[in-house]
Amino acid sequence: MATPVLTQTVDLAARFPGKVSADARPGYAGIIVNKENLVEVATAVRDEFGFDLLTAVTGVDYIAENKMEVVYHAYKTTGGAGLVFRVQVERVDPIEVPSLINIWPGVDFQEREAWDLYGIKFTGHPDLRRILMWEGFEGHPLRKDWKEPFFEEEVKPFKSRWPDGQHTFAENKNPFRDNLNFPKDFDPEKYVVDKEEDLYMSLERDTTKDVEGNMKTDHIVVNMGPHHPSTHGVLRVAVQLDGETIIGLKPVMGYLHRNHDKIGERNTYLQNIPYTDRLDYFNSMSNNFGYVTTVEKLMKIPVAERAEYIRVIMAELSRIQNHLIFIGMLMNDLGTMYTPSLYAFEERELVLDIFEAVSGARMMCNYFRFGGVVRDIPDFAMQKIKDLVFERLPAKTDEMERFLNENEILVARLKGIHVLNAEDAIKYSVTGPVLRATGVPYDLRRADPYSIYDRFDFDVAVRQNGDMMDNYLIRFDEIRQSLRILEQAIKQIPQGPINSQKAAYQVRVPAGEAYGRIESPKGELAFYIVSNGKPNAYRYHVRPASFVNLTAVESMCKGSKIADFVALLAMLDIVMGELDR
Amino acid sequence: MYGKGILKGLSVTWKRFWDTYTDDISWMLRGKKRYNSDEGIRHRSSKDTKGIFTVQYPEEQLIVPEEFRYVPFLVYDEGADGKKEVRCTSCGICAKVCPPQCIWIVRTNDPSTGRPVPVPTDFFVDMDICMNCGFCAEYCPFDAIKMDHDFDIASYQRNVYNLEKLMKPASYYAGIRPENYTREEEARKAKEAAKAAKAEANAAAA
Ligand code: SF4
Ligand code: SF4
Repeated sequence: MATPVLTQTVDLAARFPGKVSADARPGYAGIIVNKENLVEVATAVRDEFGFDLLTAVTGVDYIAENKMEVVYHAYKTTGGAGLVFRVQVERVDPIEVPSLINIWPGVDFQEREAWDLYGIKFTGHPDLRRILMWEGFEGHPLRKDWKEPFFEEEVKPFKSRWPDGQHTFAENKNPFRDNLNFPKDFDPEKYVVDKEEDLYMSLERDTTKDVEGNMKTDHIVVNMGPHHPSTHGVLRVAVQLDGETIIGLKPVMGYLHRNHDKIGERNTYLQNIPYTDRLDYFNSMSNNFGYVTTVEKLMKIPVAERAEYIRVIMAELSRIQNHLIFIGMLMNDLGTMYTPSLYAFEERELVLDIFEAVSGARMMCNYFRFGGVVRDIPDFAMQKIKDLVFERLPAKTDEMERFLNENEILVARLKGIHVLNAEDAIKYSVTGPVLRATGVPYDLRRADPYSIYDRFDFDVAVRQNGDMMDNYLIRFDEIRQSLRILEQAIKQIPQGPINSQKAAYQVRVPAGEAYGRIESPKGELAFYIVSNGKPNAYRYHVRPASFVNLTAVESMCKGSKIADFVALLAMLDIVMGELDR
Repeated sequence: MYGKGILKGLSVTWKRFWDTYTDDISWMLRGKKRYNSDEGIRHRSSKDTKGIFTVQYPEEQLIVPEEFRYVPFLVYDEGADGKKEVRCTSCGICAKVCPPQCIWIVRTNDPSTGRPVPVPTDFFVDMDICMNCGFCAEYCPFDAIKMDHDFDIASYQRNVYNLEKLMKPASYYAGIRPENYTREEEARKAKEAAKAAKAEANAAAA
């Protein structure tokens, strides 16, 4: 069943003569906007052309041309192709680009990220602090002229490994204490308090003010995390409280940051596949999917027919287990300790058995290759997939619903709490089940179909209220739809080769850029890759769903109770491997 | 009625709890071992599993599928008089494809001619850095490096394996990955036969 694609030509050049120009570089698409006109053009893009969802803001450092570039990818929530526009500025500090935060508040974290990693100042951004690195960090690590203290070579493979590779420990070459670059006049004694101030200042600024005439109360700041069982990893949240009510909140992240983007630029294209496993470590299959789809777009190669089906099967199985775990973890955070989550883990284990049989590993699958997958599904694993899809999983989903859905305490904790309306959700670039629970039927498998999703008959799960309860229920709807897709995929899967390419440890990727996006279980997972024809990506950027969805958290929980915030974090379904990258 | 949903949920928990006994008892009545037996472990990861799900590691261990991968090892063939003939030619492909760059190979040079000979002098894999991706095994053109099934390698020190420690016999490989082994051996035989046939044809022509 093909999805009709809205076709409306967007002619920005005609609308803004002299202010925009087409991007003439081979392999590039979209338009270049003059810096001075960015806000004006962006407003028109949203209001006149209807691109209401700004999914990605990406910095790129073109050091040879002495340019810094910011790329924007805008889409319509009604579906269809996107619009790429970009600004280029001289690569001389201070590099300034106007912030789009007043047009799309969802750019908040992404602009902070570009500031942090590239040093691009977004003028007009009210809270332009570092986000993944710590305040006080020296330099902007994604710039091409920045080198880490363990720096060995610009790209892999490193020459010291072969043909006379004597093993050495990296830390012997870089003794402890010397493995960090500090600013010149840095004093560790003074450091801690120094820049924390910024966080609390910004917290203070965005606090809801006391209502005139009410009793004057003191506010307290509570730091939840980074080691707190409810934060799903090492996330810290600074909360300003008035009694039990949240009046201001700032997430602090980056504790798990390893500069995945820079590692990706060092890796060859193939080497990077296992690294993507480690993004959202619950769904390595989906991450692989997103990455290889993007690179295939650049390489312009077809995918073997059977492999397409295998990919869909793996991605949907992954979605099912993710949503089951989601439900389990939500219950944990609500205080239903472990019983539901262990029930969920049983099903997840069975799904992971399948992943292990096909790929060799339960979590870090590394299963996809450019043009197909590594190996075919063995017969016993195929049988197990059938058993799960046709028998066990539908029954267990029903059981889970019977177990929890009507539970009065659960309903009381979830119904009507943290309502997010559709308009805000889009404004904050929220995607995935959280967006669909607000009544926006935006699912990339339908809205911008990739792989072979247009061949399957399924409904986009959507709920109307946008509260916690709907967010919870929509996961069940999605599991059911995934099962529907799986049933069709299992029936239709053809025999044949599983890779359209010959196995090669180095692939040729023509110069150009590609933005590939897939509907991961947590929302839109997108990769932006710039190739300059070399074996390594020139720019490799991940747009994780967890990270962008978290932008909305502040506005969502103001005015609600701190105890509900714990549930909200669970509901956004964040995973730190992806959030911090 | 308030509390109906809770009761409904509890009925699920109750059934699950009950199953942990009934399933054990039914295995007992059938005179079979549900625990500490391959059959029992397989049952616990099948679609019909109910009752107790946990596999009590380390007393019991999950049965890993053939494709399971942990850390790499080097395959050697047992030559005449027990000589270990390592298959690796030190071509360096695995070291180049390894994503975290944890393979270090020292190539051997013939002392008289100075030309490289296709056997590694030494071969290191830093197991603490290895991300168990399996690329080395996948792209080795000589089926010389393969992924192991043995995952109990926790230790108190850093694990840098050298050639000595990495080598395992082809029979071990055949044991953990029978299907792969058979497939590769067949391919190799076919190739050798083709080569022999070609040589024969050449000889006949000459
Ligand atoms: S193990 Fe294989 S790929 Fe690695 S050097 Fe030896 S022959 Fe080459
Ligand atoms: S399994 Fe992967 S990480 Fe480990 S040695 Fe082989 S290529 Fe390197």
